[in-house]
Amino acid sequence: MVPGDDFPHNAVPALAKGERLNNDEYLMTIPYDTRLPPDLAKLKLEIEAHARSFGLDFYDTIFEVVDADDLNEIAAYGGFPTRYPHWSFGMQYEELKKGYEYGLSKIYEMVINNDPCYAYLMRCNHTVDQKLVMAHVYGHCDFFKNNAYFAHTSRKMMDEMANHGMRIRQYSDKHGEDEVERFVDRCMSIDDLIDIHSTAIKRREEVSRFDFKEPVEETEKLTRFESKDYMDEYINPRAALKAEGDELKRKQQVIDRSFPEKPERDVLLFLIEFAPLKPWQRDVLSIIRDEAYYFAPQGQTKIMNEGWASYWHSTIMTERALEGWECVDYADHHSGTMAMSRGRLNPYKLGIELFRDIERRWNTGQFGKEWEECENLEKKRAWNLNLNLGRSKIFEVRKIHNDVTFLDTFLTPEFCVEQKLFSFAHNEPQDNYVIESREFQKIKQRLLFSLSNHGRPFIYVVDGNYKNRGELLLRHEYNGVDLHIDRAADTLANVQAIWSRPVHLHTIAEGKPVLLSHDGTNATQKQIGEVDDPRKHTPPATK
Amino acid sequence: MSQQIERDHQRFRKIVRGKVKSGLSKYISRGEMIGKKGRDFVSIPLPSIELPQFRYGQKGSGGTGQGEGQPGQPLTQPAEEGEGGAGDQPGGHILEVDLTLEELADILGEELSLPRIEPKGKKNIVTTKDKYTGIRQTGPESLKHFKRTFKRAMKRQIASGTYNPADPLVIPIREDKQYRSWREAPKPDAVAAIIYMMDVSGSMTDEQKEIVRIEAFWIDTWIKKHYKGVENVYIVHDAEAHEVDEHTFYHTRESGGTKISTAYDLANKIIDKRFPSTEFNIYAFHFSDGDNWGDDSPLCVTFLQNTLLPKLNLFGYGQVESPYGSGEFYEFITELLEKKDNVVASRIPNREAILGSIKEFLGTGK
Repeated sequence: MVPGDDFPHNAVPALAKGERLNNDEYLMTIPYDTRLPPDLAKLKLEIEAHARSFGLDFYDTIFEVVDADDLNEIAAYGGFPTRYPHWSFGMQYEELKKGYEYGLSKIYEMVINNDPCYAYLMRCNHTVDQKLVMAHVYGHCDFFKNNAYFAHTSRKMMDEMANHGMRIRQYSDKHGEDEVERFVDRCMSIDDLIDIHSTAIKRREEVSRFDFKEPVEETEKLTRFESKDYMDEYINPRAALKAEGDELKRKQQVIDRSFPEKPERDVLLFLIEFAPLKPWQRDVLSIIRDEAYYFAPQGQTKIMNEGWASYWHSTIMTERALEGWECVDYADHHSGTMAMSRGRLNPYKLGIELFRDIERRWNTGQFGKEWEECENLEKKRAWNLNLNLGRSKIFEVRKIHNDVTFLDTFLTPEFCVEQKLFSFAHNEPQDNYVIESREFQKIKQRLLFSLSNHGRPFIYVVDGNYKNRGELLLRHEYNGVDLHIDRAADTLANVQAIWSRPVHLHTIAEGKPVLLSHDGTNATQKQIGEVDDPRKHTPPATK
Repeated sequence: MSQQIERDHQRFRKIVRGKVKSGLSKYISRGEMIGKKGRDFVSIPLPSIELPQFRYGQKGSGGTGQGEGQPGQPLTQPAEEGEGGAGDQPGGHILEVDLTLEELADILGEELSLPRIEPKGKKNIVTTKDKYTGIRQTGPESLKHFKRTFKRAMKRQIASGTYNPADPLVIPIREDKQYRSWREAPKPDAVAAIIYMMDVSGSMTDEQKEIVRIEAFWIDTWIKKHYKGVENVYIVHDAEAHEVDEHTFYHTRESGGTKISTAYDLANKIIDKRFPSTEFNIYAFHFSDGDNWGDDSPLCVTFLQNTLLPKLNLFGYGQVESPYGSGEFYEFITELLEKKDNVVASRIPNREAILGSIKEFLGTGK
């Protein structure tokens, strides 16, 4: 299991942690020896050798053996026992603990994206489970190191998280626990308003609030036609030139006045840069934002990451590491991990099956123009070019894709039928969810929708000086599904508390454009004219 | 568990219980987890706080699933709002796990800042009873656990290579022997009794009974927190009084007139017969809409004052307001308030008033 997990856990997985601070401090938190006992140390060497022989490439991986309760604790902190204090981790812990105590869910392991990778094993697991978990962990470690979407993440996150924790603790001591907690709550309420792709695309220059340089005058060339001197006044009439110049100036003024210049997707960054925050608040908000960016790729690649790890535990176990007598236990555990319950998509299952499907297609050559255009079913069924490109293809896929592109590129109608995928939709009269369709297009559309931006609405800052009164205007980029209005209003209240001037949100509710507002004491909602309809705006330009 | 998670967990518990002032109370949801205990499904309370975030609403939402089923068929469980993936939960018999009752009482106590009850008579009488729960290596032959003994013997023989499957002879030796052992379990004797009386005459509607039920539940929870053994008695009355079981208490409906004294009289008899006031802490609560037979009310007051009240820790009179009742009995009871300190009267016009009235009843610390 990987932290930042939005999927319900079945009885599965592995997670991780970062740097051990130093031995003494670490032992204070977990007062027993977490080093691998000799038998597991031997296993580790064996599994690691298998993993490397298959071409997996990972940072050093340190396994720690902990009790169930400690594993629950570590998992509650998203893998980082030294994280900042917050009740929400206590809540997570209670859920994990109760789930474990009542035998409903169990964390088998946990891996942390760090260099070295940390992985936790549960002390009471059987040897065969430990083997499986280790193999699974090496899959994750390889993915962390090589997948492009993880490239920006800090590999010293263990240290950074500990620093974050230290800073927030200091602020609590200084400014009062309740006040800091209230602010953290607010930040967490909007911690998904980040631009997950900004790590790869630079959309704008860094803004400095203290940049008082005169803007460089960019004189736009006016349209001038080539002409002889004496004809100039007729070919390039003064009036037309002036009109054009004025027009350009006006445009430039609009751009100069607009703030931000382009709709800003990274709302947190905008608030950090421009909201009137105290230094400690600015720091807390940056901490929350940094951690959100650290965890984002794990959410972006959930299906691939789990699929990849499962593919490798399965391959390593069945081809190399499994002893005859362990077969039944292994099969039981593996199928438990892959189990799907109705209506719920299991990322482990979907991921491993899709990787296998890709491997098969590239082994047999079932891709490319010729394959796509072939309409002879009989021929397609027997299609085998013996290319054996499968293995290298999936290594490439794990390097360059995220869940959205992975499914967009490799999901096929045949695969959907084989895996019995369906799409479901909310049925208003009965207030329940019904199976909507088994059509490929529909399934793919729903699937991609639920993965895009993590299944969250797209929110942009469009105006930081709305009505020229320093108010903040956000816009929800509407794509067919309404916001949960009550929650949106409450969230807006949190943005307001940070921005301190009134804030507004453009969205569509029940087919009509509305403006939600919060001025610090009251939340209001009013319909707005067609002119302001966000649907009429062109989607924000991305650089 | 390390100190840090302990701290965060306590903080969470405090917020959920409302002990910490925070704006989060509106986001607390009392969810549950469905678990299995033996054959029964149990619901494990799982409070959670969901910070508001910009999310999609349900309308127009959907997702992708995997499995059998025809288009149009409903999924077993509504999916999480706006998220892909619907849950799948077992149906069947679901019990509430009891682990919250104590917690509930605590929450109630904290919420209403109730004083602890000071028992009048004996506090808790506990007798012990032997329970056979464990296994040990020594003991009398009569308590030998045969199955375990032979299992152990067999294991030993297999390990030492003296077991022959063709001739499966298992001979336990001294080290193999296993004996049942016991633990002394405290079994509290009842030291308190709660007598609930309710007017079930025609003027009491279902809504009023529901109020009584909720009120009685909380009173029960609170009193039971303070005594190890508590017995409940339920009396319904119209013009006559009867002792009934709990279910009947809340579901009977009579049409007759009302004579409250009959209930007090019956309560008195039950106390004399079963709960001698020297040995028991007795609580009596009477719920009515305040309508009574003309001449009966003064009788009740005299009877309470002279006979019943001296035997009780606390007498509580709760008057639910009914569209039909006159509510005059309340006036009679208030006469007593000044003379006796173990009488409490409270009006409960609607559900919102329940908490306040519980506080009035239990705020006496008796």
